[in-house]
Amino acid sequence: MATARGWVSPSVLPGFGMTLGFAGLFLTFIVLIPMAALIIRASSLPLDEFWRIATEPRALASYRLTFGASLIAASLNAVFGFIIAWTLVRYRFPGRRLVDAIIDLPFALPTAVSGIALATVFAPNGWIGALLEPFGIQVAYTWTGVVVALTLIGLPFVVRSVQPALEEVDVSLEEAAESLGASRSMVFRRVILPTVLPSLATGFTLALARAVGEYGSVIFIAGNLPLRTEITPLLIVIKLEQYDYLGAAALGLVMLCVSFVMLLSINALNGWRIRRVAGRR
Amino acid sequence: MQARDTAVLSRSQSSIARVVLIFLSVLFLATFLIVPVVSVLGYAFSQGLAVYLEALRAPDTLAAIRLTLTTAAIVVPVNTIFGVAAAWAIAKFDFRGKQFLITLIDLPFSVSPVIAGLVFVLLFGAQGWFGPFFRDQGIQIVYALPGIVLATMLVTFPYVARELIPIMQMQGREAEEAAVSLGAGGWMTFFRVTLPSIRWGLLYGVILCNARAMGEFGAVAVVSGHIRGLTTTMPLQAQVLYDEYDLVGAFAVASLLMLLALLTLIVKTVVEAFGARRRRA
Repeated sequence: MATARGWVSPSVLPGFGMTLGFAGLFLTFIVLIPMAALIIRASSLPLDEFWRIATEPRALASYRLTFGASLIAASLNAVFGFIIAWTLVRYRFPGRRLVDAIIDLPFALPTAVSGIALATVFAPNGWIGALLEPFGIQVAYTWTGVVVALTLIGLPFVVRSVQPALEEVDVSLEEAAESLGASRSMVFRRVILPTVLPSLATGFTLALARAVGEYGSVIFIAGNLPLRTEITPLLIVIKLEQYDYLGAAALGLVMLCVSFVMLLSINALNGWRIRRVAGRR
Repeated sequence: MQARDTAVLSRSQSSIARVVLIFLSVLFLATFLIVPVVSVLGYAFSQGLAVYLEALRAPDTLAAIRLTLTTAAIVVPVNTIFGVAAAWAIAKFDFRGKQFLITLIDLPFSVSPVIAGLVFVLLFGAQGWFGPFFRDQGIQIVYALPGIVLATMLVTFPYVARELIPIMQMQGREAEEAAVSLGAGGWMTFFRVTLPSIRWGLLYGVILCNARAMGEFGAVAVVSGHIRGLTTTMPLQAQVLYDEYDLVGAFAVASLLMLLALLTLIVKTVVEAFGARRRRA
């Protein structure tokens, strides 16, 4: 039966029609139709009207904050995620397994929990905020607070991407390079970095994609001042609360397009990473 | 492996870099992860155990816990069936459009949760495509349980599938093909051959999906309407209490969600330990 279909390779295993049918139906109702509704609703706007909504000053300010803070957070994660992955792979120290386990916490921790926890801890009278206060550093209700929240939720992506790649690095190559007179920094740049770079880029992009769409952990610490500390997802929520469906749909479409670009980049980076690994074998 | 480890260790254990990098890693994790998480318990119990328990017994909070449990009880089984079906079709068969299917499954990872809520408001809200139809039938979808379930489903459906696909791809098809050629039916093959080899991955996928479903904030915030005692789930209840400056109440609810996240993490660690032991055997 399956053989007659042409687009599927023959197999003796049963259940293809049923499983693919169910998965396809589910995805159609839960993903495709809802996303199509957003796209069609937003495109019912005349182009100049769409452009006006998508580029009004409040929206532009929210893009700047959302993408700026996400880029900084993903970069912070790229640097510290690499350091943490390196520490976990190369060093043995007490508590290493515990550190390794809690890296995944942001995956499982509800964003509202990290949101209210960060907002309280970094408030001027909070546990960490009180330590920063004497230096005149205010985190909560500022731009910095947004970066802090986005850093927390993006952390596991870089560590978990880089860790397996670091384990793959051939130590004998490092030793060979060193015995031939290469300095430690040269070994890092010429031997370690090329192997790890595709994974680092993948982790960075995953963290960035997650940060751009993040809502729950940001809105508590951000302060949400229009034009200053208002992220784009929040602006969509505000428009919905004012029953401005078209305005919300227009901004939603802008964000959806960004998500697609991110998704394509992640796929492309993944391809690069796999080719890199295959090329070495 | 052992020899390589010793080589790495002997060279790097004593260096200053090791101390600095471990210190940086721990400092970064403490600031962004450990202190905020510990603070949840700190604030929840700041007025003592009696006040904490009292806060959890508030009628609205109990209603929120019930709503969250109901939502998860619907979402998690459906997403599990979807995940198993999609993983079976993708891992056991070759067909055109497979990559597209995988991309669709990855979509919620890069789409903002706010968008996931927005699409259902556009479909079923008062000005939505199907809103008037369902209103005439007396069925409320947005600002009620069905909307919360749909939005949660859209955000959390990839977790089981994403966990199972790599495991089932790695295991290949020979075992199932042998079972079928020996006369086993489709269900028997699945329950007796496939399920035993994927059960740990499946368990973690289900637990992670459950944690994300119970903790989902952004998507649910958009479709819930925040009707106290009726459509506030636990994360939303934490927000409501936080906004009312009821810190003990907010952090009491948050502490339950955090407990769930920690349990999820423990299951993951155990499952990975089992997997590692099986691979060595």
